[in-house]
Amino acid sequence: MKSSFHTDTTPSPKKELPRISGSEAVMRSFLAEGVETIFGYPGGAIIPVYNALYDYRDKINHILVRHEQCAIHAAQGYARATGRTGVCIVTSGPGATNTVTGLADALLDSTPIVLISGQVASKTLGTDAFQEINFIEITQSVTKWNCQVKRAEDIPAAIAKAFYIASTGRPGPVVIDITKDAQTGFTDFEYNPIKFIRSYQPYADVDNDQIMEAVRLINLSRKPMALIGQGVILGGAEQELKEFLEKSGIPAASTLLGLSALPSDHPQYVGMLGMHGNYGPNIKNRDCDLLIAIGMRFDDRVTGDPSNFGINAKVIHLEIDPAEINKIVYADVPVLGDVKQTLPLITKHISQKDHTEWLNEFKVCYNIEREDIIEPAIARRGPHLRMGEVVDAVSNEFDDAILVTDVGQQQMFASRYFRFKQSRSIITSGGLGTMGFGLPAAIGAKIGSPERDVCLFVGDGGLQMTLQELGTIYQSEVGVKIVLMNNGFLGMVRQWQELFYDKRYSFTELTNPDFELIAKANHIPYRLVEKHEELESAVKEMHQSEGAFLLEVRLQREENVFPMVPAGAPVTDIRLE
Amino acid sequence: MEKEFIITIFSENTVGLLSQITTVFTQRNINIESITASESAIKGIYKHTIMVKNDPEKVANLVKQIEKKVDVLKAFCYSPSEVVLQELALYKVQRSRNVEELVRKHNVRILDIHDDYIVLEKTGHREEIVDLYHMLKPYGIYQFVCSGQIAIIKSKRELLDEYLSYVNEKQKRMMENNQI
Repeated sequence: MKSSFHTDTTPSPKKELPRISGSEAVMRSFLAEGVETIFGYPGGAIIPVYNALYDYRDKINHILVRHEQCAIHAAQGYARATGRTGVCIVTSGPGATNTVTGLADALLDSTPIVLISGQVASKTLGTDAFQEINFIEITQSVTKWNCQVKRAEDIPAAIAKAFYIASTGRPGPVVIDITKDAQTGFTDFEYNPIKFIRSYQPYADVDNDQIMEAVRLINLSRKPMALIGQGVILGGAEQELKEFLEKSGIPAASTLLGLSALPSDHPQYVGMLGMHGNYGPNIKNRDCDLLIAIGMRFDDRVTGDPSNFGINAKVIHLEIDPAEINKIVYADVPVLGDVKQTLPLITKHISQKDHTEWLNEFKVCYNIEREDIIEPAIARRGPHLRMGEVVDAVSNEFDDAILVTDVGQQQMFASRYFRFKQSRSIITSGGLGTMGFGLPAAIGAKIGSPERDVCLFVGDGGLQMTLQELGTIYQSEVGVKIVLMNNGFLGMVRQWQELFYDKRYSFTELTNPDFELIAKANHIPYRLVEKHEELESAVKEMHQSEGAFLLEVRLQREENVFPMVPAGAPVTDIRLE
Repeated sequence: MEKEFIITIFSENTVGLLSQITTVFTQRNINIESITASESAIKGIYKHTIMVKNDPEKVANLVKQIEKKVDVLKAFCYSPSEVVLQELALYKVQRSRNVEELVRKHNVRILDIHDDYIVLEKTGHREEIVDLYHMLKPYGIYQFVCSGQIAIIKSKRELLDEYLSYVNEKQKRMMENNQI
């Protein structure tokens, strides 16, 4: 059988090449790719790689997590905070299968990840050996690419290919499964970065006709709206976006993952799209005559019923992944390519405009929402603390922090009420909606961006899914600020049960452990806050404390996120209560 | 409206490639009517021919998802009228005068003759193969096997060649600009 990559790794006969183990080749390949931090967990089939890592401890910072799922979530947090490829190492069998959730999450949220998994020795492959699992087959549908390496000499080329594929085009997770004998075998080492694969063309050639057609539609449009997606952040096109918006005067809304690409206080920013997004961008969807989707993929949480999405609008879709064009919403003008490249071409040719009247319509919507939803949500009201109020207080105290969320009500409250100043300031599991993502992702984000504050909002349910990572925080001294939104419920499911299932709270109530004891056991400073008047000082204390902090907020037990578009309904059916 | 489509996929010859392709079908719950794989006219490149029956839009999206696989060079989708289709079938049947008459009438090749059975080969369209099956059935079919359909496009252009020359040009340009 042929190996699954095509770069010739045969060393040139003239050069004297160092002869090293496959495991050391992994380390040297990492260094050649500029890897500084890896997240991982050792085990039998990866011991040789860990043995090599022992000699590279001063060059590569390894974070020992407490569960492999968290190695990959931490790598995701790292990648999304820094824009670099997140790297993790796990062993075969259970070590590998534990990462599947993270791979799926990274695939759906387009996060560049290189995962090295150990594998049993090649001669025992297919014998149901101890901790053997067919990881290539398992990860086929949750990776951008994967391959198994059975010879030490194939390791450098495989890793080079992995980094190239993970980080280019629409980024995604890549798995390299390395058998134990490949790790212990010896090879001449030479590293050649890969920048070309004939079967993989990550950047389409820009089609000027489509650019000009987009320009024509934009110039004609009276009620256009820009839909900002994570593609802007992944392409590093924040400045290009600003220039486009400021010349065109077009109002811009953001998807959940596109948040922070445009600062929250930008005058043309009209809020978040989707199920729990802002009122304006949803209710005005029917009035739009042009939607300009910029690096977003029309997720069903954004479109509601796609057949009613932008029903009176033409659609320009700027997108790097050809498979996203016409997948959910038909694109009248598809503009393939990296938005960093395509947006300026459009900006150059459009006429300078301002859509003041149209923007004012969004302001009217915002005022309605502010009065009906926002102010009541963030106000000190009722006997108990509520989520909006807490997010607002944290956002006030932490100027320009990275927001990390878990999944559920706190995720929606946080993304609605947290204010963003610079790009790469939100890390949240959007596509897969992985509970338990928050804590390990926050660890990765803080390690990747130690100079920035990292605030995690996590529910009592989500925290307990990956609670063991408090041990990682202690061991690796990771200064994550954890805001535990404790309402004793799996809040989002409870909200659905309340609204759509006659309040039949089937298994959504939690009897919780003593989080203070848990924090103490992990040597993490802790404070409990239950009263409105203590909130500000508690948040301040968390901010001022050195290193990690767990702030437990006891909340009103039942609270709902609004506005809300019922699942599958047109976005214009958005409910304010 | 469900229609028949022929998807041809050109790929590198890598381990697990077939499963990479079929996973795209399973995820969308699209049934594969038939599948064949072989080396193509271009060295080192494999050609897969897959028949599906589904809505045109679903199939168009499916093809893009297949092409998204890193080791897939290109995937094309055709309607049956755009290609020449053939299929091969083997029948092991009881020897009889009637069978031998059918052999002469239907342009069937005899591959093997024994005292008590005869092995026949028929190449043709799916309908011809099915028809022959029904004609032979009364005389006793011991075994029957049928290949998947294979297809060659009617257009003179080989679309993969165009892709490969585009890719080679691109690589050359990148090398000249020291990008690789």
